[in-house]
Amino acid sequence: MSLHDPFDSTRAIARCNCGHHGSQAEHDASLQETEALNQRVLQTTVMRALFPEDGERRKFLSAVGASTAWAAISSLIPFGTLEAMAQEKGSLEKKDLKIGFIPITCASPWIMADPLGFYKKQGLNVSVVKTAGWALIRDKVQNREYDASHMLAPMPLAMSMGIGSNPMPINVATIQNTNGQAITLHVKHKDKRDPKMWKGFKFAVPFEYSMHNFLLRYYVAEHGLDPDKDIQIRVVPPPEMVANLRAGNLDGYLGPDPFNQRAVYDEVGFLHILSKELWDGHPCCSFGVPADFIKQNPNTFAALYRAILTAAAMARDPKNRSLMAEVLSPANYLNQPKTVLEQVLTGKYADGLGNVKNVPDRADFDPFPWYSMAVWILSQMKRWGYVKGEVRYKDIAEKVYLLTDARKRMAEIGMAAPKADYQKFKVMGKEFDFNKPDAYINSFAIKRS
Amino acid sequence: MRSLTLKAGFISVLLFLIFIGAWHMATLPKESAGATGADAEYAALMGKGAEKSGGFPPPLEVGKAFVTYLSDPFYDRGPNDKGIAIQLGHSLARVGLGFFLAVLVAVPLGFAIGMSPLLYRAFDPFIQVLKPISPLAWMPLALYTLKDSNVSGIFVIFICSIWPMLINIAFGVASVRRDWINVARTLEVNPLRKAFLVILPAAAPTILTGMRISMGIAWLVIVAAEMLVGGTGIGYFVWNEWNNLALPNVIFAITMIGVVGMLLDMIFGRLQKLVTYRE
Repeated sequence: MSLHDPFDSTRAIARCNCGHHGSQAEHDASLQETEALNQRVLQTTVMRALFPEDGERRKFLSAVGASTAWAAISSLIPFGTLEAMAQEKGSLEKKDLKIGFIPITCASPWIMADPLGFYKKQGLNVSVVKTAGWALIRDKVQNREYDASHMLAPMPLAMSMGIGSNPMPINVATIQNTNGQAITLHVKHKDKRDPKMWKGFKFAVPFEYSMHNFLLRYYVAEHGLDPDKDIQIRVVPPPEMVANLRAGNLDGYLGPDPFNQRAVYDEVGFLHILSKELWDGHPCCSFGVPADFIKQNPNTFAALYRAILTAAAMARDPKNRSLMAEVLSPANYLNQPKTVLEQVLTGKYADGLGNVKNVPDRADFDPFPWYSMAVWILSQMKRWGYVKGEVRYKDIAEKVYLLTDARKRMAEIGMAAPKADYQKFKVMGKEFDFNKPDAYINSFAIKRS
Repeated sequence: MRSLTLKAGFISVLLFLIFIGAWHMATLPKESAGATGADAEYAALMGKGAEKSGGFPPPLEVGKAFVTYLSDPFYDRGPNDKGIAIQLGHSLARVGLGFFLAVLVAVPLGFAIGMSPLLYRAFDPFIQVLKPISPLAWMPLALYTLKDSNVSGIFVIFICSIWPMLINIAFGVASVRRDWINVARTLEVNPLRKAFLVILPAAAPTILTGMRISMGIAWLVIVAAEMLVGGTGIGYFVWNEWNNLALPNVIFAITMIGVVGMLLDMIFGRLQKLVTYRE
């Protein structure tokens, strides 16, 4: 160990951060040396790739001169960018960040990252700002008031394609949470558990471009109801759902927790079905970052990435869930009774019908952004007419979802990441083949396209 | 006169006590019927036995909210949870700035319109169309073009407070007694002097009435605007407590909004008295 015990009287105390050098100045100088070395290594690698035969390289250099060769090669190969990518832990371009969130349990990991000091550990000073609704999140990201934000998984796809807003390339760095949603119905509908009896019901979803909207549509359509004709689907911000359910404005909603459990707690609703029972492991929210922020601040982005993933790893551990409920309960974060949050996060909950249920993976926080998830989302956007014409599913998915980056960063902090980019899964028992999204859409009886 | 104030005060207190009493009676805890029979675990998960907001809160609970928030008005627990005084400060700053900008625009424009019948007619159709637009309807447009939620909030205050002021100033300036203007004219007073020394004092009461109305509207609008935009301010406070369905805190915030609104109105009432004259 290079760092000596600072309480040892027989030794001189380390004068720099790492303990290897006599003074901080020496430490900095050697750091610069490392950077120069990195650059050299990179250049050597590129030259070796261009000229497998060293004789060729020498001939080329002596013919055109070193500086011309450098200019010619660097016009083809972006050395600067490569260096930025190579220097993972280089200096942060921006330290003070503003991140928006909606007060729902989906946002738990990165809210937790604040009190647990995960951002500070990466040298970032992040303020997580509570926001009133998804449309406002979209606007504040477009206005650059937020550097990155909690977003619904379909939002970056829609925003990048310019649907429902001006086009602005947004990337999904990680999925924020999986499962964790539910269909809640008003207590007066306790005897109407069959969706076929829901004709004329008024439902709410948090946003048009949300998994909630697509899952609710899917669910009722599988039961023979046309979501555009037989029921009404309104956009209501999650925090206002319970109040609207109580007032009788809504018959139910497919909403994010804690507002499903909160309706049970306030005895105005019951949990009809968990979203996990529709598609186990479905994505819900994501960590959305504007593409130009990533380009301008590669090191800050990498640091933020590590912090978010550390938080996800922490949140996945069932042991931490009770603690999370405690930390998230105050007014600065979710502002909800602790017992409500605990029921959502631990999966031991009252369903509003008099039963205690135990579903440990009711809410999970798997961060891996599968391309196949994006393809499914796009297929539903097409199915319900949010996008018209031909959709290049895989191109868009691979452009918006940063799966390769996520895999790399997960490896950095020692998280296991899947090797595949796409996977098949089942939604309500029906298999989704990511290679044939159009055939998938055509296999449904109720659709808009 | 003295005894009248005393009597009125007595009746006010009595009304308040009756109101609180009625409220207390109406929100007395009912015997919970459903709890019996259900097993203990379920009841615990439903928050039975614990302090829980069921229905409308009784006055005692609201009183507790008053004590907790007023005893520590300046706390700051992160960006999303600040004391009531800080929240009110944010709201007042927004209202103040928006209102001040409106004054800057409305006073010169109002004078110009009031003094010139031609301009009055020319501007009239625009004012008539823009006046009835709900200030919050501007919000999406403001957010989109101004690209800043805080500036948008201030803009909304500006746009809602400008019309009553403009109309009142123009009206006040236009209806200054002809005799006084004619006297100024015979004395060959230059237009600037005429505006400041004759018209301004004569129209001041009407102008202040306009400002008083504007301030009232601005204070109404800021709460709604902050509920939409969020972040800071008393409107955000109400919204945040609504999330938690914490009605005692909402009632507390409503009372604070009322008290501050009353104080603002009283300030303008005083100013109005200062400039009133007798013919």
